[in-house]
Amino acid sequence: MHAPDPQFAIEARNIVKRFDGEAAVDGIDLTITKGSIFGILGPNGAGKTTALRMLLGIIDPDEGERFLLGSPDPISKAHQVGYLPEERGLYQSMKAYDAIAFMGALRGLPLAEGRKRGRSMMKAHGLGDATDKQIRQLSKGMAQTVQLLGTLVHDPDLIILDEPFSGLDALNQGKLERLIRDQADKGVTVIFSTHVIAHAERLCEEIAIIADGKVPFKGKVSAARDRLRPQVHLETRNLDGPWRSAIPADCQPLGHNWHFTLPENGVEPLLHALVEGGAGIESLSIERPGLHDAFVQIAGEAVARKMKEDSASNNGDETA
Amino acid sequence: MIETIRAAFVIARRDFTAIIFSKSFFFFLLGPLFPLGIGVAAGGLGSQVSRDIETTTIGIVLSPEEAEKLLATRARLSLSLGPKSLPDLLILNDVQDREADIVAKLDSDKSINAILSGTLEKPVLTGSQRDVGRWQGKIALLAETAIAQPVPVEIETRLVGQTGSSSERGQLLTAQGAQAILILLTMILAGMVLSNLVEEKTNKIIEILAAAIPMDAIFLGKLFAMLGMALVGIAVWSTLGLSVSLLVGVHWNALPVPAVGWPLFIILMIFYFSMAYLLLGSLFLGIGAMATTVREVQTLSMPVTMGQLLVFFLAYSSITKLGEPVEWFAVLFPFSSPFAMIARAAQMDNIWQHGLALVWQAIFTMIIIRFSVMLFRRNVMKSGQAARKKSLFARVTGK
Repeated sequence: MHAPDPQFAIEARNIVKRFDGEAAVDGIDLTITKGSIFGILGPNGAGKTTALRMLLGIIDPDEGERFLLGSPDPISKAHQVGYLPEERGLYQSMKAYDAIAFMGALRGLPLAEGRKRGRSMMKAHGLGDATDKQIRQLSKGMAQTVQLLGTLVHDPDLIILDEPFSGLDALNQGKLERLIRDQADKGVTVIFSTHVIAHAERLCEEIAIIADGKVPFKGKVSAARDRLRPQVHLETRNLDGPWRSAIPADCQPLGHNWHFTLPENGVEPLLHALVEGGAGIESLSIERPGLHDAFVQIAGEAVARKMKEDSASNNGDETA
Repeated sequence: MIETIRAAFVIARRDFTAIIFSKSFFFFLLGPLFPLGIGVAAGGLGSQVSRDIETTTIGIVLSPEEAEKLLATRARLSLSLGPKSLPDLLILNDVQDREADIVAKLDSDKSINAILSGTLEKPVLTGSQRDVGRWQGKIALLAETAIAQPVPVEIETRLVGQTGSSSERGQLLTAQGAQAILILLTMILAGMVLSNLVEEKTNKIIEILAAAIPMDAIFLGKLFAMLGMALVGIAVWSTLGLSVSLLVGVHWNALPVPAVGWPLFIILMIFYFSMAYLLLGSLFLGIGAMATTVREVQTLSMPVTMGQLLVFFLAYSSITKLGEPVEWFAVLFPFSSPFAMIARAAQMDNIWQHGLALVWQAIFTMIIIRFSVMLFRRNVMKSGQAARKKSLFARVTGK
């Protein structure tokens, strides 16, 4: 067995999981540095949840090895881990603060301390009036917040959130993003899966893209974006002239607007050719590609389209 | 192991408080009142029916002197034999000692079961085969006694506490009673764990639990919680039963003393109930964990109850066969072991065997829990959407 590296919160080497002979996760390698915010991107059914469940020790991989906080037995590190599953669940008859305390107690926090923290955390998150209410009396959003607080109540070193933004309105998505950043500022490693690229782009230093049970890309967000050349958006007064030789031959104008990839030789030769060639520049902007463009390039158009559809069906107010 | 026990108690505490403080627990406590009430009502009704059916009247067609003699003899014998042991006698003045008249009377008068005619030396009993067969001996006794006119004899009696044979009979009764109580309680309570994981699976809480604590702890915690609830129920029922028995003046010292003595016997009852409950409960929890819906659990209840009955028959049939192969099988077979051992405690006074039996039962409980957890992890927890649609049979068999 390979020895775990202490700098990583998670190490997975060639983990495979098959259901009924079909690979849900097909040889994933992942290393997640301690203290980082890490996003796992992919459409529904790509294998994100299965991968997370294997990393957490809920299920065992059929092949490969995984280490969570340096241990091959993830449950033994459960006291240091917080986990919010995709399918939310709480005991309906429990009082809200007690549900938080129970989740802490599962991970080793004394019940009395959990109750104290539960009350103060709920107050801090604007749910002070709901502390003594039963879960069944709370709105869906409030219950989700209670479950999230239960994930954090024992001050974990590693937080794993499976589709945490799913089902939240824009306001609560913003709150959750702040909360994730706060945890990362405290040195906590945060891993979350999502099919909403915007969240990963805003929050993560590193991402892994999962498609069809494989990881075609894993690395820094900037590295994913750097896989594509910057895009040029140009508006000219003239439609023809010697300057056209500076524009890729297959680029067709949309009115007086031109959109093309920045040539290999950079901005200055392009600008020189446009000015000297009499293009009559009205406006010129050069944009670095977004993570979405990188995702399309890495995972393919079909996967990106599916992810957008998943996002639309799960959350009407979200956009990929 | 310590972490598993700690986590098990977190689960047990949650489940226990959720059950104890629920309204349904009150109805659970009332539960035994229903069979008791039904038992009392059915018993009363049954004895009334029995009284109605079993009152027998024999018509007398004898000479007036012999009839009087017979009545006097009946009155005297009923003092020593009991009034219900002899049929009522009714002198029939309107019937002649002719077969046709007697048959006609039996046809017309439904209150008379049979008619005695002839003389006391040569009595004739006319009636149905059942009544004649049943009463001819008693009528012969009455007639012989009436003719002999014996001097009443008063028997002096001397009572001793217990004879060897009565003690053995008493211990057998204690064994049967204790086994019946144990089996009844286990049947009522162990089946309840079948549906114990349905809530977690329905509410998706199982995912949180499975990521936080060992699966063994979840199973163990659920069993502890239900055991705690069962013991609370038993404590309440026992206290109430004891209070009522004191009020109505039951003589507890008249009960046959078990071989190991009452204090140890009661302690063993608690231990063996706990082990029987844990053994069957862990099995049922494992089976129930494979079910995804309440309907599936309900479907499983019947075969599970039948299985319990088989265990009951095995244990019950071995009570009178101490040391024989069938009794040893009942002692060693884990599911019947607690029942067979409580029967032993009533009839055998060596104590060491109970320690061994309890350890054996505890080991087997752990084996069942491990096996159930393995099945659950393999067939339920790792299943994706497609696998969840698999049949219960496929999940249990892993095919």
